[in-house]
Amino acid sequence: MALTILDPTAERDPAGRPLAARSGKPGTVGLLDIRKPRGDIFLDEVEAGLRARGIAVLREAKPTYTKPAPVDLRRAIAERCDAVIEALAD
Amino acid sequence: MALEVLAFVRHDCPVCDQVLPALDAAGARLVSQSSPEDTAAQAARLELSRVPETDVELTLSERFDPAAVPAVLLLDDGAERDRVEGLARDRMAALVAEAGGTLRVEGLPAMRPGCGSMTRDPEVAARLAARRARAGGRIVARELSIGELEDPFEALHERGLTDGLPVVPPTPERVVVMLEHTSRHPQDLVAEVPPYGGRATVEKVAINAVMAGCAGPELPIVLAALEAACHEDFALHGVVATTAPPGPVVVVSGPYALAAGMNAEGNALGQGNRANVTIGRALQLTIRNVGGGRPGREDRAAHGGPGKVGFAFAERLDATAPWPGLAHARARLEPEETGVTVFAGEGPRFVVDQLAREPGALAASLAAELEHVASARQRLAWDALLVLGPEHARVFREAGWSREQLQDELHRLTHRPAGELVRGAGGIADGLDTRQITDPAAPVAKFAAADRILLAYAGGDAGLFSALVGGWASGELGSEPQTVSVEPWR
Repeated sequence: MALTILDPTAERDPAGRPLAARSGKPGTVGLLDIRKPRGDIFLDEVEAGLRARGIAVLREAKPTYTKPAPVDLRRAIAERCDAVIEALAD
Repeated sequence: MALEVLAFVRHDCPVCDQVLPALDAAGARLVSQSSPEDTAAQAARLELSRVPETDVELTLSERFDPAAVPAVLLLDDGAERDRVEGLARDRMAALVAEAGGTLRVEGLPAMRPGCGSMTRDPEVAARLAARRARAGGRIVARELSIGELEDPFEALHERGLTDGLPVVPPTPERVVVMLEHTSRHPQDLVAEVPPYGGRATVEKVAINAVMAGCAGPELPIVLAALEAACHEDFALHGVVATTAPPGPVVVVSGPYALAAGMNAEGNALGQGNRANVTIGRALQLTIRNVGGGRPGREDRAAHGGPGKVGFAFAERLDATAPWPGLAHARARLEPEETGVTVFAGEGPRFVVDQLAREPGALAASLAAELEHVASARQRLAWDALLVLGPEHARVFREAGWSREQLQDELHRLTHRPAGELVRGAGGIADGLDTRQITDPAAPVAKFAAADRILLAYAGGDAGLFSALVGGWASGELGSEPQTVSVEPWR
């Protein structure tokens, strides 16, 4: 006989997230420092490289690496940037 | 007024066999709890004038819930007015007479106990309870079917629902029994569990508690532990996702810990006690299954640790305790209340001092070990949980030291001159940034405050030892330990 069990998960289907539309132009790249030690050094290098290519850069930082980025910060990045790079440095 | 005689019987009950011909002749409504085939065979064997109706799903039986069969009921417009369970000849005859019938009593014994009603068979009763729970909205979780040819234990691994150890299949029957151990409604929300914010209802926690191997009385502790771990300031998202090894360490303080079977004495932090092992595991399984924190995916731990399977223990609050429990101190609980404290911690380390008999000397020894949480160079960002063993705690108790006094002393003793901690000192690259040091002799604290050194009390009688559990990024920028009462979950 088949065994019936109860689903121990939250029964949520993963939300589908389509890729954002590609404009073909470089636009503005957000650099998000998650506040790991020396993440800023890594992002400084990335920023210099992007600017040398004529790409606009916007620097942002999370309050702490231990917690998700606040909603307002995520929204600000989404509204002002065309792409974002998160720095996961130690 | 419509009077009716309703009789519940089984095909395998000798007392039912004895009384059925008489009930048949009296025109009673006969309802068998057995299968149609067995019921037909019984009717043929007893030469009844008709085959009794069957109640295969036991819906009618459940409604009247007889303890034994034969059960003969007198119904008045469907409402029960009287019943006889087992064979009580004269009472049964009187009941049938009241409905206008005649029960032929020749050859029937005066009194004979019947057989158990099918509804009281433990397996059937559990199935019926589960059916009632779903019909009543107490159970709403999706049902998953494991095929006849599948091994349930392997199937649960394959579906990605385990921590790597076998789990108890969470059948509706087991979950309903588990839910009897809390007064809370199964659909009450306990927490939204990081990292994905899955909704953990009491039902979902009970399902994971069954899987973890919990006994029922452990459920309120698991519920409280989840509530505490999902408090925003515990930062469970980070605890799950970090590359560091912590998991929620569950310290249970108060009389209900022992009532639920937890161990606060020998090997309290180890194996062998069901409640200690399964409470921590149930919490972690809930985080995995409801929250979605899976190792190698959302959980990015470089090493992890055995404590991440589950890490829970009870505090020893008997006459040897040096002071009231951790939860009582943190949340101002009454002594008869039980509380749960969760701490983002790694596995425990063994701390030995077999010579100190004075509190100052022992505090110095413990402080020396506290320096090494994460690394001696890591300052102000890591908490610690120190689990004093009885032979260490006795030194402080006999000297009259309070919890706060020991915390203050440990905090005082865990300061080091900045010059010893800077990058490059002692040939060690890691350390404080030299640009931030103006005075190499200035003391730098290990902990942000004295109360960031949590003190718990547990362990066996013998051994001049304590156990040290290192923390994780702490305080406002990390995880703050959380304490809640178990009482609202009982």
